[in-house]
Amino acid sequence: MTPILQGRGLVKSYGPTRALRGVTLTVAEGEILAVTGPSGCGKSTLLHCLAGILRPDAGEVVYRDHRIDTWSQARRSQLRRGEFGILFQYGQLVAELTAAENVALPLMLNGTRRREARTAAMSWLERLDVADVAARRPGEISGGQQQRVALARALVTEPRVLFADEPTGSLDSLAGEQVLGHLVRLARAQQTTVVLVTHDATVAGYADREIVLRDGEVDPTGLGLARGRTVVAR
Amino acid sequence: MAATSVTPYVILGLLALGPRHGYDLKHSFDRRLPLAKPVPFGQVYATLDRLARDGLVVTAATERAGGPDRTSYRLTEAGRRRLEEWLDAVEPPVPYVAGALLAKVMVALFVAGPERAATYLTAQRAAHVARLRELTAVKTAPGAALPAVIAADFAINHLDADLRWLDATLARVAATRQEARP
Repeated sequence: MTPILQGRGLVKSYGPTRALRGVTLTVAEGEILAVTGPSGCGKSTLLHCLAGILRPDAGEVVYRDHRIDTWSQARRSQLRRGEFGILFQYGQLVAELTAAENVALPLMLNGTRRREARTAAMSWLERLDVADVAARRPGEISGGQQQRVALARALVTEPRVLFADEPTGSLDSLAGEQVLGHLVRLARAQQTTVVLVTHDATVAGYADREIVLRDGEVDPTGLGLARGRTVVAR
Repeated sequence: MAATSVTPYVILGLLALGPRHGYDLKHSFDRRLPLAKPVPFGQVYATLDRLARDGLVVTAATERAGGPDRTSYRLTEAGRRRLEEWLDAVEPPVPYVAGALLAKVMVALFVAGPERAATYLTAQRAAHVARLRELTAVKTAPGAALPAVIAADFAINHLDADLRWLDATLARVAATRQEARP
């Protein structure tokens, strides 16, 4: 297994609240890793630190042998635009733009010409079965369609790592299943590494591996509240 | 006919499609209910005998083609009515609270305390997660057939319910242990 991304002793606080208390983890290239745990366990904060959106208070984030947590905001933004794709619970599509324009946007920000960006966007919308809504704005399509457009936007730059934070949290189970089915199929086809944050075991079921966070720490046993085995009393 | 067994009704359902013999019924049964425990031949024949005794099926034909006799059965009017009644009847939702997982946690708690219960719950959770991942792979396999997807979904949702209970119980047990500490 080749590590692509590592967090080493990550600590992050919001005022007096310690969201991460020394999280260490390694993500292997091409794997789909689920990060699970109850609400407030620090899983979204971990994703934001790994994706270079937040800077940890202590610890290191290493992406392909580069320590990225010390990089400037501008350099981290550039990394995100080029190498990372990000999918949130609510697609966060630009309301004024059509689905196709939303998907073309990351390419145009990277300097791709409008016509080429538009062609690539259409091809991704087709792969996600939402080409028929290309000309519509986010408010005119269903939640499931919006999330598939958001997934197309996250994948259009062909990122090496896709970060997904509760990507189906706002969808009903069948719409969520479609998004996840596409996500896993396309990630595998392109050997994209996926970090999938979820509180839902059925979503984590799509991953190759799962780590559980509890109170800002990785739970080494999955949910290892039990540390010793107690012999049955006689 | 035992109220809890679905086997007679699945057989009535298969015979509603047309006459079949026991061998054929066994294979159709397993194909129509994927991921279920395969039904033993003996159970199919014993069920056919009981259904015949109750007048729900009758012998349609007996053929001999170089091997042992093969008796095919067909549904009677009474059998069709019984099948309709079963399809219409709503199953009682969780009539009693039971299950091996629950019993084990209860026994662990009263015999050995929360540490022992937590050890078991943690191991059980890992097994549930592994099975859930296997079933998700069944469901998402390219070209997965509808019956397999529906059956996998059924199992996934039940495992998910167990997992939510396992997580909540682990949290409750952990809280008990913290309270017990000096």
